[in-house]
Amino acid sequence: MSQTEVKDTKTKKADLEARALADIQDMVAACMQCGTCTASCPNSFAMDYTPRQMWRMIIFGMLDEVLKSKTFWLCSACYTCTLRCPRGLPLTRAMAALKRLAALRGGEQRKKAAFYKEFINNVHKYGRVQETGLMFSYFTTMMDPFLPLSYAPLGLKMLGKGKLHPPSGAHKGKLDAIFDKVKQMEGTT
Amino acid sequence: MRYAYYPGCSLTESAVEFDVSTRALMTALGAELEEVPDWTCCGASAVEAVSRLLTYALPARNLALSERDLPGLDMLIPCSACYLNHLRVEREVLGEKGLRGEMDEILAADGLKYEGTVKVRHLLDVLTNDIELKAVKEKVGHALRGMVLAPYYGCQILRPYKVFDDPERPKTMDPLIKATGAEPLDWSMGSKCCGASLMATKKEVALESVAAILAAAKDADAIVTVCPMCQMNLEAYQKQALRVNGRARPISIVYLPQVLGLAFGLSEKDVLLDKNMTVTERFLNRLRNPEPPEEPEAKDAPAAEKPAKSQGKTEPAREQGTPAQ
Repeated sequence: MSQTEVKDTKTKKADLEARALADIQDMVAACMQCGTCTASCPNSFAMDYTPRQMWRMIIFGMLDEVLKSKTFWLCSACYTCTLRCPRGLPLTRAMAALKRLAALRGGEQRKKAAFYKEFINNVHKYGRVQETGLMFSYFTTMMDPFLPLSYAPLGLKMLGKGKLHPPSGAHKGKLDAIFDKVKQMEGTT
Repeated sequence: MRYAYYPGCSLTESAVEFDVSTRALMTALGAELEEVPDWTCCGASAVEAVSRLLTYALPARNLALSERDLPGLDMLIPCSACYLNHLRVEREVLGEKGLRGEMDEILAADGLKYEGTVKVRHLLDVLTNDIELKAVKEKVGHALRGMVLAPYYGCQILRPYKVFDDPERPKTMDPLIKATGAEPLDWSMGSKCCGASLMATKKEVALESVAAILAAAKDADAIVTVCPMCQMNLEAYQKQALRVNGRARPISIVYLPQVLGLAFGLSEKDVLLDKNMTVTERFLNRLRNPEPPEEPEAKDAPAAEKPAKSQGKTEPAREQGTPAQ
């Protein structure tokens, strides 16, 4: 890659990031800091910033701090905040958009986004999720020898119940056209 | 009654008992299910974290297939995540011009078009609104008297779109559970999150949620689910969750169509009960030896004389002391 190409890629990435941040700022712009989201969140106890604090930081453009936090990675998409928000803001959608933005930045965020990415890679490859294969590719990406161990009891149980299968190739390639088109439209390669 | 049927990926693999019991139940209720030909994954709860367009395009593909190949039929979906993903398309794509244009462009690449004629329905919605409760009651041949069941709805069939139940205090499972002869547990955890895919990414946080749900259900004989992810989190990680919360104790986790099927008199094999990962002896005993029906009370009858429990319908039991795990 030539130097101009590297620069182009960097600019393109910065553009995508800026656009993504602007979208999220739009989603939460009307936040009045009431804290209903934080009080409703089943996972807020494990977060470093509460959801309410994070929305404010996003409005202030504190993207680096937000991306360093684990708050949005802890959203389990239960939609309770979205349901209860007195402003009617799409908060769960904003959490997902933050996960996408973090994945875009890459670096240390890559591992945190790995499960979602491996999941969708699996969907792309096989057309239907192949659960057994997914867990193996997730472990490989994470390169953490203790991770598979912590799921070993589950693996054994699944095996005992006849629920572990080698991947089925019956629907391979079925989603190629859609994935290619989306890639082209979203400008990600 | 005919439905286009979208089982989704989990129901072909880890949640095969949900698929088999749903089909058996719907057949018993006189409904026909036609599987959407050539369906593909909807992206589950992972896709929104990866791509905004795929979030809509993956389920839109299935809806377009259903419209083309099974026109006029509602699409019946048992899995909550699949349901929400398809419902999101139904609710958002038609009304948003830009998004609609994007979907047209993407689906055209696959030779398809989403028109918005198919209606997305969750299994619990269909059981509540298309099938008369009377018809369910009439089918019950093996009443689960004496059993207490905790209705667990999870999140995605309730929120963010309010469709067929109260998103904070859901209650549609209550009449169905009562119809089986069992008693629904009155609790407030039925709509609380199980942690969903955090079980893969932040396990220690998800275990807290699972433990709180198990602890709240400790007086029930089983927790009844309508979502393969809730089911997996509550049953497969139950042992680990029990270590987190001392008030919780082992409890059976079963799918709603399994419970209804068993009450209809289907065998444990018919609903693949042996595929469930946590079925306790307590649940099996109640299932195999339900309390006898209350007899019209004769006046002055001595209150203590209740018929022995063993007179209930029994199946050749498993060897004693071997829990079905």
